[in-house]
Amino acid sequence: MSAATEGPAKDTSAGAARVDLRVIAEMIEAGSRVLDVGCGDGDLLRLLADTRDVDARGMELSQRRVNLCVAKGLSVIQGDADIDLRDYPDNAFDYVILSQTIQATRQPKEVLKNMLRVGRRAIVSFPNFGHWGIRAQLAFRGRMPVTGNLSNPWWDTPNIHFCTIRDFVELARDMSIEIERAVALDAYGARVRVSAPWWFWNMFGEQGVFLLKRK
Amino acid sequence: MTANPGGGNGEADNPHSLVVKFSENDPLITDAGAVLAPLTIAYQTYGVLNAAKSNAILVCHALTGDQHVANVNPLTGKSGWWETMVGPGKPIDTSRYFVICSNVVGGCMGTTGPASTNPATHKPYAVDLPVITIRDMVRAQAKLVDRLGIDQLFCVAGGSMGGMQVLQWAASYPERVFCAMPIAAAARHSSQNIAFHEVGRQAIMADPAWRAGRYLDAGERPGKGLAVARMAAHITYMSEESLHNKFGRRLQGGDAPKFSFDAEFQVESYLHHQGTSFVERFDANSYLYVTRAMDYFDLAADYGGSLAAAFKGSKTRFCLVSFTSDWLFPTAASRSVVHALNAGGASVSFVEIETDKGHDAFLLDVPELLKTSRGFLDSAARARGLRAAGDAA
Repeated sequence: MSAATEGPAKDTSAGAARVDLRVIAEMIEAGSRVLDVGCGDGDLLRLLADTRDVDARGMELSQRRVNLCVAKGLSVIQGDADIDLRDYPDNAFDYVILSQTIQATRQPKEVLKNMLRVGRRAIVSFPNFGHWGIRAQLAFRGRMPVTGNLSNPWWDTPNIHFCTIRDFVELARDMSIEIERAVALDAYGARVRVSAPWWFWNMFGEQGVFLLKRK
Repeated sequence: MTANPGGGNGEADNPHSLVVKFSENDPLITDAGAVLAPLTIAYQTYGVLNAAKSNAILVCHALTGDQHVANVNPLTGKSGWWETMVGPGKPIDTSRYFVICSNVVGGCMGTTGPASTNPATHKPYAVDLPVITIRDMVRAQAKLVDRLGIDQLFCVAGGSMGGMQVLQWAASYPERVFCAMPIAAAARHSSQNIAFHEVGRQAIMADPAWRAGRYLDAGERPGKGLAVARMAAHITYMSEESLHNKFGRRLQGGDAPKFSFDAEFQVESYLHHQGTSFVERFDANSYLYVTRAMDYFDLAADYGGSLAAAFKGSKTRFCLVSFTSDWLFPTAASRSVVHALNAGGASVSFVEIETDKGHDAFLLDVPELLKTSRGFLDSAARARGLRAAGDAA
């Protein structure tokens, strides 16, 4: 989250993003302690507090959004995933969530490592750069992809570390991280068939949501 | 109103406030190792304490503040110093919470301080009072809260030195503080801030009327020194931008300079006014004691140098606020407290508010501060099971 702009766009008007939050919420056990890194306007924190009875805290890069969250009564601090996760002690949370933010971090691997140090589990959701629509824009138009979920032009985007679902699965393998659950959502926010193979997910999933655990 | 801060018949001995007294059997043992007894604490309350005694908010005042947080000040005739924040329907809602504010130990508005009469000599303590620390102030407040029969405060809130007390409360009595709001504060006084304080103290002590601290015996006051101290300090409470916007380089009398050392510039005359009006309401020795207390404040030092250790395992909910143009207690100071709280596993919100009003912003009508405070307190009140103002008791 090194960019000076206001962090990745979290277009909650898009159906996919709302489902994304619901999918994350379903992965979380009621009554647990949760840190949402890059919590935006606090929609997920509010959803978690209201529906899962969790002790939910947030960290957000944009000061304006932090102030909005605190005024809503949410427990949020201004902070940068790349820097401020280091301050938290081991096992401080049951879950550390990074929703639609990993592509905007400077050192995604370090961030993941810290998430799984601070939290017993981590949940990561991100826009899948392997989606057919994105491949098509690059292949046939020869242009950097701009979609509903990724609406910034290349010269004004906080998203500096895109990956595909397959890339992410491989990174998890490299880092000896166990993938407990994975969900892919298509452009309409519907779940991609669970039994489908990774290549299918990677082609038709617009977003990936992963529940991760230390091995 | 004829001001008489200090001296046998002023607010120091006969405050327009509620008062509790602690006898020799119940002394205040200070960090300096002194035994302060008897001890008087002057305080104000607003609102009603509920049956469960769970709705009390302690407001801690800043360096030159007092207990008159939300009522007309008996000395100045001006409204309370935090009426933007405290009152019916305000973020610290007196129709919902029971609000307590006491004058700090070392102050001059009725709590034992250098202007109070020393029962042993029947003269003002002056500089015979032991040096006081922020922790001593908080210990005294805890005695008051005990006396009021309150086990746990719903919230402790305050700005600047008041914020230091909030942090000290949370560290010393974590189980007695449900939530904490330190605003424009720091966990220790910086070298630069100690330096500013020393300028103020030296100005007071350089005034011949100070008489080695015993000026009240002579019926005198070091007004010039205290005014200079206040003028220097007042600059640090504002920002360059706000001074510029308020006064620029405008001259006091018309367009042409007079080429004199009178108050030529408007900013000079403003500072002079700040200085002289302060002398009317504040005791010079109190200024020495209270600035000294701030200088000694270094919360981490009490916990082996680790601020995180001061808050380890704390169940208190924190909300910190800083202001972009505050160079006395800058955002970095609040942020280091936030880091320590995170490391200690505490629940913390932190808001930096953009304003050109400098350190004084915490006292002023800054809508974002009020919105933040209201949101934080409302949510904490829900967690504490406190009813909203309109609900049946």
